[in-house]
Amino acid sequence: MNREDFPMLSSGVVFFDNGATTLKPKCVIDKMDDYYLNHTSNIHRGEYEASVITNKLYDNVRNLVSKLVNCDSSSVVYTSGATMSLNMVVFGYMKRHLKKGDEVLLNKAEHASNVLPWIKLSEEIGIVIKYVPLNKDYSLSLDNIIKCVTPKTKVISLAHVSNVVGDVRDVYSIGKFCHEKGILFNVDGAQSVPHMEVDFKKCNIDFLSFSGHKMCGPTGVGILVSKKELLEEMDPLCYGGGMNSFFEDDSSYELKSVPTRFEAGTPAIAEVIGLGEAISYLLSIGMNNIHKHEVELKKYLLDKIEGISNLIVYNKSCDSGIFTFNIDGVFAQDVAVYLNHYNIAVRAGNHCAKLLKNEMNIKNTVRASFYFYNTYEEIDKFVEVLKNSKDIFKVVL
Amino acid sequence: MDPNIRREIILDNYQEPYNKGLIEDDNYLKTRTNSESCIDDLNFMMKIEDGIVKDIRFDGEACAISTSATSIMIQTLIGKSVQEVKDILNNYKDMIYEKDYDKDKIGELVVYEEISKQPNRINCALLPLVAVEKMLEELKNEK
Ligand SMILES: Cc1ncc(COP(=O)(O)O)c(C=O)c1O
Repeated sequence: MNREDFPMLSSGVVFFDNGATTLKPKCVIDKMDDYYLNHTSNIHRGEYEASVITNKLYDNVRNLVSKLVNCDSSSVVYTSGATMSLNMVVFGYMKRHLKKGDEVLLNKAEHASNVLPWIKLSEEIGIVIKYVPLNKDYSLSLDNIIKCVTPKTKVISLAHVSNVVGDVRDVYSIGKFCHEKGILFNVDGAQSVPHMEVDFKKCNIDFLSFSGHKMCGPTGVGILVSKKELLEEMDPLCYGGGMNSFFEDDSSYELKSVPTRFEAGTPAIAEVIGLGEAISYLLSIGMNNIHKHEVELKKYLLDKIEGISNLIVYNKSCDSGIFTFNIDGVFAQDVAVYLNHYNIAVRAGNHCAKLLKNEMNIKNTVRASFYFYNTYEEIDKFVEVLKNSKDIFKVVL
Repeated sequence: MDPNIRREIILDNYQEPYNKGLIEDDNYLKTRTNSESCIDDLNFMMKIEDGIVKDIRFDGEACAISTSATSIMIQTLIGKSVQEVKDILNNYKDMIYEKDYDKDKIGELVVYEEISKQPNRINCALLPLVAVEKMLEELKNEK
């Protein structure tokens, strides 16, 4: 779909590394260029024409986010990316509200950005991290979560879609459970918001984080969505201009209201505006259509690789456009180099989920991750190259 | 060098690397290398006695280039004095970065002569060098 919108596709690259970052459509680039070429100005003031335009565009992105994930626009915080958003949750909110012995449920398929901040917090204030066991296919189920819950469980934190296995967690049921038990529900939406409908309100999510660059937007911008009352109780991690109402030489000060309080300093203005354009663009395609296309591509792929005997696939069952595999006896990175030889871009490694190796007994995998602009023809080419992989060392050495 | 011979040497050393597997011995220097740009993750150990490299061993997961380069480098360095090792490493580095170097000094490591044509693999070829340099540095600190 919409391939003509992506200048980079004209190079002929088969871009299967969308889990890492996606390509940018021309409209997003144009929108950012327009800011730089025609209305460069800072925000928070609107005395001249360019700044009026900039402010209007900048502020409106909160409305677009609210449409995208069904939340109030007043509880949309601009951040520098999912990693920053998650750190704000852990060190801005949790650090103030959790105490020694409180339990946080994670699992071993999480991205570093949803593990390390918690490890650091446990070091600082003595919270206890528990890892919910994964199913045999590395997916995470509500049943296993429930088994790990104790009266001390205060937070359940997970990725809606895992970036390695690509399993789609049932955030609706998990959110409902959290709500009933009074447990905070922290969702890393980095791999879900770009690919499917996510409903912040319906799923009873307390904190939702995601990145612009994984959804056709620019790098350097992300979003944190929360509930107004939680944001009121969250400390900013950054202090300075733009976020204070006043401060005096007797050290008294007052901060601006949420969400501005969390956006100290000059933000990534062009990037926020670019992200807004990306959201409009995705909404015009339809999040359900995007998800459906990716799942169909993966089904098509799974059918076609039947019979390639040296291929080890780790996530046949998951309903997302993520395909994780190895070629028997070949190091993942060599496979990626081999595919690059045919202009197919994939990622090799642990995908920042360094704990998953203990579950999978394998440290590194190759990940092909799809987006709506990928095609059946590209899958055909991919399969052909995989079929010929017995020649791999002739190609990579 | 003939590309087929080159490929064969690399592949042999990848599939059956020399001295793979660590041992328990406190007389070895030890280090772990995982570069930032790359997913290779290897543990090294090296024994130096009377200024001579007596043994180098390694273990872990890494790509064909890193693994084979490690295997070949170990075979090249064992039995050499610390001074000779430094000389070999310098010449190897010069070759990788396309500078003038002395071919006679580096033995079979010459198979990576053309690695600079694949910039994303330079770090792989340099991985064992980084590890050995790190351990030599440690030796200096111990003294
Ligand atoms: C599941 C998940 N969470 C968090 C992140 C971090 O995103 P960013 O690097 O944009 O902050 C990623 C990115 O790879 C991810 O896949």
